[in-house]
Amino acid sequence: MMRRIAAGALLLAGTLSAQIAFDAAPDPAKLPERLHLGEVAGVATNSKGNLFVYTRVGGGNGTWGASRIFTHGGSKLYEFDKTGKFVREIGDGVYGFNFAAAARVDAQDNIWVVDRGSNMVIKFAPDGRIAMTLGRKPESVNAPGGPTGGGGRGGPNTGAGVPGDNFNKPSDVAFDAAGNIFVSDGFGNARIAKFDKDGRFLKSWGTRGSGPGQFDLPLSLAVDAKGSVYVADRGNKRIQVFDNEGAFQRQISNVGAPWAICISPGAHQFLYSSNSNDPTTMDGGEIYRLELDGTVLGKFGAAGKAAEEFGTVNAIDCRTPNELTVGEVGNWRVQRVRLK
Amino acid sequence: MAKIQREGFDYDIEGRVSGNREEREMKRTVYLLAATLALASPGVAQTPAAGGLTPAQMAAKAKAQNVPELPFAWYPSFLKMPPNIYLGEGIGVATNSKGHIFVYTRSQATRLFEFDAKGNYLREIGEGLYGFAFAHAVRVDPQDNIWAVDEGSNMVIKFTPEGRVAMVIGRRPEPGEPAPSNAEPYILSRPTDVAWDAAGNIFISDGYGNSRVVKYDKNGKFIATVGSRGSGQGQLNLPHTIAADANGNIYVGDRSNSRIQVFDNDLKFKAIYDQVGAPWAVCITPGPHQYLYSSNSFPDNNNSQLESVTGEIYKMELDGTIIGKFGHSGKKLGEFATVHEIDCRNENELLVSEITAWRVQKITLNPTKGAK
Repeated sequence: MMRRIAAGALLLAGTLSAQIAFDAAPDPAKLPERLHLGEVAGVATNSKGNLFVYTRVGGGNGTWGASRIFTHGGSKLYEFDKTGKFVREIGDGVYGFNFAAAARVDAQDNIWVVDRGSNMVIKFAPDGRIAMTLGRKPESVNAPGGPTGGGGRGGPNTGAGVPGDNFNKPSDVAFDAAGNIFVSDGFGNARIAKFDKDGRFLKSWGTRGSGPGQFDLPLSLAVDAKGSVYVADRGNKRIQVFDNEGAFQRQISNVGAPWAICISPGAHQFLYSSNSNDPTTMDGGEIYRLELDGTVLGKFGAAGKAAEEFGTVNAIDCRTPNELTVGEVGNWRVQRVRLK
Repeated sequence: MAKIQREGFDYDIEGRVSGNREEREMKRTVYLLAATLALASPGVAQTPAAGGLTPAQMAAKAKAQNVPELPFAWYPSFLKMPPNIYLGEGIGVATNSKGHIFVYTRSQATRLFEFDAKGNYLREIGEGLYGFAFAHAVRVDPQDNIWAVDEGSNMVIKFTPEGRVAMVIGRRPEPGEPAPSNAEPYILSRPTDVAWDAAGNIFISDGYGNSRVVKYDKNGKFIATVGSRGSGQGQLNLPHTIAADANGNIYVGDRSNSRIQVFDNDLKFKAIYDQVGAPWAVCITPGPHQYLYSSNSFPDNNNSQLESVTGEIYKMELDGTIIGKFGHSGKKLGEFATVHEIDCRNENELLVSEITAWRVQKITLNPTKGAK
């Protein structure tokens, strides 16, 4: 109630980008001595408040085959309880953990990771076992000087891409109430792919460009309670909203370049979007709070390396609307942000 | 019993000369003979031009002449490694306020180790870290935070004294993505070293890719940069090492230009010291009277021609006045095989890390005062 009054006051004042007061709790993810976070690409909480962090830790290896190099490793998925205590690592040595892109938890507490290096989306059951895979990891990369023909993918940006789960550097995953799966795809392709809850391809939409329904790096996505799909179209500095079948509805274009978005649960849903700083700069960095219709309720934060500043936020979890968890690529950390 | 060698004598750890009088006299004679030969016959094996040095030797030899030799002693193998851990190229060495020793080394992985003041192994820091690709330097700031500079990942990583990551500067390029070619404020290109002024501002020598020094505030916000590739005043050709004095002046080892350049705290050019060869490693002592050390290291291409004209470490006043020098190239203990970093928290007890010898040595100056 207090929140709504405060939000209403902001609107009455006419300050569409009013600052929201906040603080940030340090170390919501406390690691054992021998483990360290690298770039934090994905953060997500489950219904118990446990935190999942998908991070680029490096240390991958390449094995020389006859004509090809087979690469493995480079990212880790860690689970913490709601006090920040380390619980476990999930998927240690899993085939598709190469270059973390996102982590999300669905309504049944399954944990999903999106990997930009392996071109895969991997679903883990709550017990940490693999339940479904989407996409296929490239077999290898060609060895320098060796014969070509390795089973790599990627290459030129291909716009709409091939129908199906042939991802090219996917970036995020989201779910509607029926369990349909939406994948933003991504850095290579420029499309949104929709699958049913069993992983069967239904459709995809989008090509590279700046018109309605076109994308320039769809980096993050979220689905509201009605099934509308919100896509962070970073290069075009807008959030595009589609209906559940991919028909363009509207766009939100006054929140900078959206790197990470999330939609809170509950009767009154809010949309959060981070105008993250590019790693080469300290510009921007603020996170916006919006109504689903695009009305800006306020913003908070700025780019930086100190506590309560943000270094290239790549993920926001907003299961609790006034207590966000943000993952930072630039600062190798997770912050828990309390909005006041 | 650990031994110390000094001017041809063996000393035990308490500083007592070992051996009987005859042995001592013989060792002294051999030492002096060898020292005389070394001084009189530089590059004798290289068949230099009549009476002189080859052009490569001339380029590598420091310009300073008649520099007093500073007596020194060394402590062999004082770092005690666990059985399964090896030092690789001994790239970085630094101490904290407790005398603990940090070594940043290139082994199969790039690793950061902590030892106590006696050389006992304590722990590894940052095992498997995302930013550990190819070690270059480690330094400890006045608050005992540990900073690792990684030339392979293009990152400078600040660890708390507990060994947790507190801040990172720069960004490791994504797989398959080239690093930005421009000298962006927050993107480093093979950085080499880090230093701080009294206010906590951060100075990074950057490096092999860029040719500049970058200044950040204590929270990592970009403030200023100086330098472009070249040999003119204020230009840099491989800024390889950096140190700050108590007044916030910045001393940059401009290695390929064979000079130390001094900048003020706003990175305005102040002075050039070009008498001490190629500065591979510089450090500045703490305390009311600060000294500058600089190593004209034996090049890591192992060009044997240059062995006779490199390897010495200079002790200087901050104004560039040379006080003396010690050491020379070589693989034996007490010789230097490409010194890559010097710690001089204690003016008369230096730690030097060496690339090609894969080791760290402790050096004691003025050993007549009693080495321990």
